Amino acid sequence: MASGLHDSTIQNPVIRWIDQRLPVFTMMQKEYGSFPTPRNFNYLWNFGALALINLVIMIVTGIFLAMNYTAHTSMAFDSVERIMRDVNYGWLIRYVHMNGASMFFIVVMVHIWRNLYYGSYKAPRELLWIFGVVIFLLMMATAFMGYVLPWGQMSFWGATVITNLFSAIPLVGDSIVTLLWGGFSVDNPTLNRFFSLHYLLPFVIAGVVFLHVATLHITGSNNPLGIEPKGPQDTLPFHPYYTAKDSVGIIAYFIVFAVLVFFTPNYLGHTDNYIPANPLVTPAHIVPEWYFLPFYAILRAVPDKLGGVLLMFGAIAVLFVLPWLDRSPVRSMRFRPIAKWALMLWGINFFVLMWAGAMPAEGIYVTIARLSTAYYFAYFLVILPLLAKIERPLPLPESISHAVLRGGGRLHGAAATAKPMEKA
Amino acid sequence: MRVTTLKAAILAAALSLGLASPAARAAESGAEIPNTKFSFDGPFGTFDRGELQRGFQVYKEVCAACHSMHLLSYRNLRDIGLSEAEVTAIAASYQIPDGPNDNGEMFERPGRPSDRFRRPFANDAAARAANNGALPPDLSVIVKARQGGADYIKALLTGYEDPPEGVTLMEGMYYNKYFAGHQIAMAPPLTGDGQVQWGDGTAATVDRMAHDLTAFLAWASEPESETRRAMGVRIILFLVVLGGLTYAVKRKIWARVHGDPIT
Repeated sequence: MASGLHDSTIQNPVIRWIDQRLPVFTMMQKEYGSFPTPRNFNYLWNFGALALINLVIMIVTGIFLAMNYTAHTSMAFDSVERIMRDVNYGWLIRYVHMNGASMFFIVVMVHIWRNLYYGSYKAPRELLWIFGVVIFLLMMATAFMGYVLPWGQMSFWGATVITNLFSAIPLVGDSIVTLLWGGFSVDNPTLNRFFSLHYLLPFVIAGVVFLHVATLHITGSNNPLGIEPKGPQDTLPFHPYYTAKDSVGIIAYFIVFAVLVFFTPNYLGHTDNYIPANPLVTPAHIVPEWYFLPFYAILRAVPDKLGGVLLMFGAIAVLFVLPWLDRSPVRSMRFRPIAKWALMLWGINFFVLMWAGAMPAEGIYVTIARLSTAYYFAYFLVILPLLAKIERPLPLPESISHAVLRGGGRLHGAAATAKPMEKA
Repeated sequence: MRVTTLKAAILAAALSLGLASPAARAAESGAEIPNTKFSFDGPFGTFDRGELQRGFQVYKEVCAACHSMHLLSYRNLRDIGLSEAEVTAIAASYQIPDGPNDNGEMFERPGRPSDRFRRPFANDAAARAANNGALPPDLSVIVKARQGGADYIKALLTGYEDPPEGVTLMEGMYYNKYFAGHQIAMAPPLTGDGQVQWGDGTAATVDRMAHDLTAFLAWASEPESETRRAMGVRIILFLVVLGGLTYAVKRKIWARVHGDPIT
């Protein structure tokens, strides 16, 4: 081997030649082939891979849409409909992109839920978690600007409401809003800059995803037991075990996606967005996309505008410091009898907020939104710090292999006989 | 407990789908919209070409006096079962503004299949001026743009009544029980049986006209829907088979490590 070249183990001469000079093949083998992965993942561990696939789908369909879309207030609405009618399979590309946004949020929300349940955000994975929250924030910004592009009624009025939130910031608020709008109202300059940013941000997301995955490959994955692998008996190579398991999840995900796209493509949207934007007619209810509803409910739960905006952004900001709020050394909720139910309630509460966000901001709905908002924050700021002190966790298993292999570790009578017959 | 977490995740996804809709589904109008049975309902529904052609004739002879459908071209009418010659003849029956010519003047010429449906008014201001200040909406995507979709459109077309006692209508307005606020600027469009003469001999009752017109508008809003659903059936069947194979492969691979993790 010539000096200065990477010591490649690859046999194929051409690939070996490249790998000696740029060891991407060695890296792929190390990170996705033999990468030691806890052997006890459940199907909730599919959702990271699903999110990555979803991002790729969004970028690819988005590029083709951009070839046919016109970012001008007088043409945007018609250009989207022209894509639907006159571009070959344009309806498919557009509906995949449109419903892909919803699928992306479903996938990422489940992914986040898995983190909360199994304590994946705790040391040593705090930075991995923080990159994840950054991705979630970027996704929300991207989705919001994407929803503006068809220039329907909800596009226009949603943009007006959300951009106006920034005017609540003292001193510089109005200037920020003018900057966002590129003028003194939501108009053509707004549409143009949103289109530009909507095209840019997914690539920023891809960059942060790279950091997210790079961080993951330093610490390795968490697992449903929340204890670190103690040796090779606790792990399996990523390929073929988890490539096979992820493939099952990917097909299931495609089926859900296909049902949405082919049979109910407009179910998650709002009918008003098929009415061209009209600055002179305000819709009866301005409702954001479903994935923003919980945060919209928090915004409206506060009678003060600045307070509402702060609390809404606080709902995401609190996630950044979550690793330091939850001081319990036990990661997995399987071993936290009280925290488990507090988190389950938090999950239900999230849907209550989502529902409250879709209701008019009046009467009983406001009260419900306020109580739900209180619990959303109380879970992070009061319950988790308190439980770290008072909760008595269940005993943790000695190791992953001990806990999950039927017949592994201490021999139970039945398990020992079952062992040779074991099927996956 | 392990199973319940997975179930919770699936439930969460399902719930978020279900919860997204109340905003979209909440009926804004007063009266509840009756559910009409259309041939294109449900995941496997298709359009009835006879309905679409009769519905187009209603649009052409009644609605088109005020309502544009500017996203449609005459060539699109081939999809509702009209022949090339019929489409060309329909297009040629309209005078389409074009130009400027070599002398810099705008002119009108007979329509071609590639032309968009001719708009009844030169611009929105002209439309308002001719309609008591109200702007007749473009009907290209009307079924996608109204809560209740086709059911609502059919109900609206047949929902005209005398105003109940104590309700005074504004000048030039009509009472419609399905319209939000009940006061609608559109005069009852389908006034009586036999308003159009259909070539296929179907009796043009008000209900039939409303039904077929709604079918035509539903097709115009989503002309891709038959192709889309047919493709969806094939893709989902394919995915189910592929999913079964993938799961079998996964089980075979995991069998090597004696004992799937109990998760």
